[in-house]
Amino acid sequence: MFGLHYKLERTAIGLVIAIIAVASIGGFVEIAPLFTIDETVESDPDMRLYTPLELAGRDIYMREGCYACHSQMIRTLRDEVDRYGPYSLAVESQYDHPHLWGSKRTGPDLARLGGKYSDAWHVAHLINPRDVVAESNMPRYGWLAETILRSDDLGLHLRAMQRVGVPYTEEMIANATQDAHAQANPAASTTQGVTERYGEETNIRAFDGDPQRLTEMDALVAYLQILGQLTDAPFQTAMED
Amino acid sequence: MLWGILSLLLAAVGLAFAAGGRGDPIAVHGWIIILAGLAGLVVVARGWSLPEPPESRFEEYYDSPTKAGIILALVWGVVGMFVGAWVAFLLAFPDFNFSGPWTSFGRIRPIHTAGVIFGFGGNALIATSFHVLQRTSRARMPDQFSPWFVLIGYNLFCVLAATGFMLGITQSKEYAEPEWYADILLVIVWVVYFAIYIRTLARRKEPHIYVANWYYMAFILVVAMLHIVNSLAIPISLTSAKSYSLFSGVQDAMTQWWYGHNAVAFFLTAGFLGMMYYYLPKRANRPIFSYRLSIISFWGITFMYMWAGSHHLHYTALPHWVQTLGMVFSVVLLIPSWASAGNALLTLNGAWQKVRDDAVLRFMALSAIFYGITTFEGSFMAIRPVNSLSHYTDWTIGHVHAGALGWVAMITFGSLYALVPWMWKKQRLYSKALVEAHFWLALAGTLIYVFAMWNSGVIQGLMWRTYGETGGLAYSFVDSLVAMHPYYIARAIGGTLFLLGAILALYNIVMTIRMPQEQQVDLSPDLPLAETVVAAGE
Repeated sequence: MFGLHYKLERTAIGLVIAIIAVASIGGFVEIAPLFTIDETVESDPDMRLYTPLELAGRDIYMREGCYACHSQMIRTLRDEVDRYGPYSLAVESQYDHPHLWGSKRTGPDLARLGGKYSDAWHVAHLINPRDVVAESNMPRYGWLAETILRSDDLGLHLRAMQRVGVPYTEEMIANATQDAHAQANPAASTTQGVTERYGEETNIRAFDGDPQRLTEMDALVAYLQILGQLTDAPFQTAMED
Repeated sequence: MLWGILSLLLAAVGLAFAAGGRGDPIAVHGWIIILAGLAGLVVVARGWSLPEPPESRFEEYYDSPTKAGIILALVWGVVGMFVGAWVAFLLAFPDFNFSGPWTSFGRIRPIHTAGVIFGFGGNALIATSFHVLQRTSRARMPDQFSPWFVLIGYNLFCVLAATGFMLGITQSKEYAEPEWYADILLVIVWVVYFAIYIRTLARRKEPHIYVANWYYMAFILVVAMLHIVNSLAIPISLTSAKSYSLFSGVQDAMTQWWYGHNAVAFFLTAGFLGMMYYYLPKRANRPIFSYRLSIISFWGITFMYMWAGSHHLHYTALPHWVQTLGMVFSVVLLIPSWASAGNALLTLNGAWQKVRDDAVLRFMALSAIFYGITTFEGSFMAIRPVNSLSHYTDWTIGHVHAGALGWVAMITFGSLYALVPWMWKKQRLYSKALVEAHFWLALAGTLIYVFAMWNSGVIQGLMWRTYGETGGLAYSFVDSLVAMHPYYIARAIGGTLFLLGAILALYNIVMTIRMPQEQQVDLSPDLPLAETVVAAGE
């Protein structure tokens, strides 16, 4: 064996090919089957898509690095289920490009955050977390309430998501900007389009408290309120368990 | 000429981003790229009228890119560690910050991670690899152009990364945050880097490729593989910074941690093992203890690390069989890891009095010890039930820093201290006392940091899973957060000590470079073999 290596280390190309071959095996065995084995991701035909506003909120969540301190993955452990709710299923993040499972809980897990607190709580908490939770070490995000959301390119966002495999329709893409504004303004005449395209369950509220302006706060709170609400598959699994 | 064309091209790409991306943060990057291109043009124009450098330079090693790389590594190191200390203080005192978005915790934290991993570590790897490659091949690098292209292109990537995070440009994949255009730049740089390696090896005057080069090559090849696959994404438009990852959910999580764990393996381990295999025996003046152990550990690490990524996803929605594979390989990985650490420490047998007297060699010896400790800890934490406690807690952060501070940074500082007098033809470093001070600051900082995070991590993990007498969870999440506070302060202090050490290193090395030349240093042992000699030998 060492004699063979004695020869191998005399040819650069031989070493290169050997390194690539040896290093590729693990990835192939562990990753490729995840795309082909059907049981990897549970199926839920009723799973809801992120609305343009929620997707914009998700982009803000990534932009501000929230994922560095908050996980969105409840593990199959008793204390986690007791603390956060039913454990996470793969289907829940099947439209998450990229995933936001996280790796660290400096703050709590957010996989089942949606509907747990009011919009007003979230807005106050994001402006100054210590106004709501005195001991919190979360940063303040006050500028989100002052910053108008860029919404003219939301169609492009939905188009790119469609290209990577999320079933957005042409109608959804064409109306993306309008739907984002309508979702945060319950009085608008266009809100019906949102529920037609994204379902009756869609939250249509002035998330930041001001229906006149569409801010980044609207988008982020809309996203936080949908976390764990896209499918009820985990709750059904919990009942069966 | 080539430089002029490239600078123009770069400026043109920048102009396209700046003009097309109005209203998008990519426009700012457009301006940065234009500036880089214009700076390149100025340099080219100023060099136009200079006389052609003498032919005799081809008889020496090509070291100016290495020299620049050393300085860049140290500067990035100080910046990255400064931001690290800052974010550490923010976790203890969250309002210790400006009010705007640019410097909020979530945006500057990746500047810390990318700054130290890619800025400090990456530049140190490029600089030392050019040095080691030429010396162990006894050949000059093949051309004047490509090493500078690699170094400058790579640092442009680092600048785009760090400024991008402040602007909110991120893919959000941990340790792969830069967006699509920066990713493409890195691929181009990496291809040229690999070409330099292969072309120089083809010119080598030694029949065997030295073990340090195996590691540097594994670092270059596998990082390319990981980077390309994990960063596959569709941009929303060619003049927008934003893209969406090709993968989603569970497949994306597995791809990300296949990348993430092997960035640790091939960027932070293989590359630095290459460094260790050259500078430690050189400084100790001892041959590597065992050639066979090097072979076993090299191929063991190259094969087994690639399976271990799934231990980041224990008890998640990732299929159980993948978790189990990851756990098993992580545990077995201890064998090649300890083979490397043992090989390094046994090489020091017969030179331990030098370790006592020479702080530079002591940095290297200590790094091998920390490498052994950290790899043992890593294998332990990858065991599923242990991971149920450690995952999501500060224990992971402690583990990472035992490796990053104790292993990666220490081997780097040791190697750079050894390399600087050779590169600038000086008899010694500016101050031995400052190296000594740096050593103790680094060791104290690392120990305080790691013990603080071990404590807080285990306490956190235990508090989250403790049940009260009534059968409910005993502690709220906020209870656990309050319990972390003293450890977060201790961690920030440990990190600050480490930062002070790095500042001393930068100062000491700059002063070494500025020291007057005492006498003519004899260059003869440090020259490539001339072409004619080899021709005669063959």
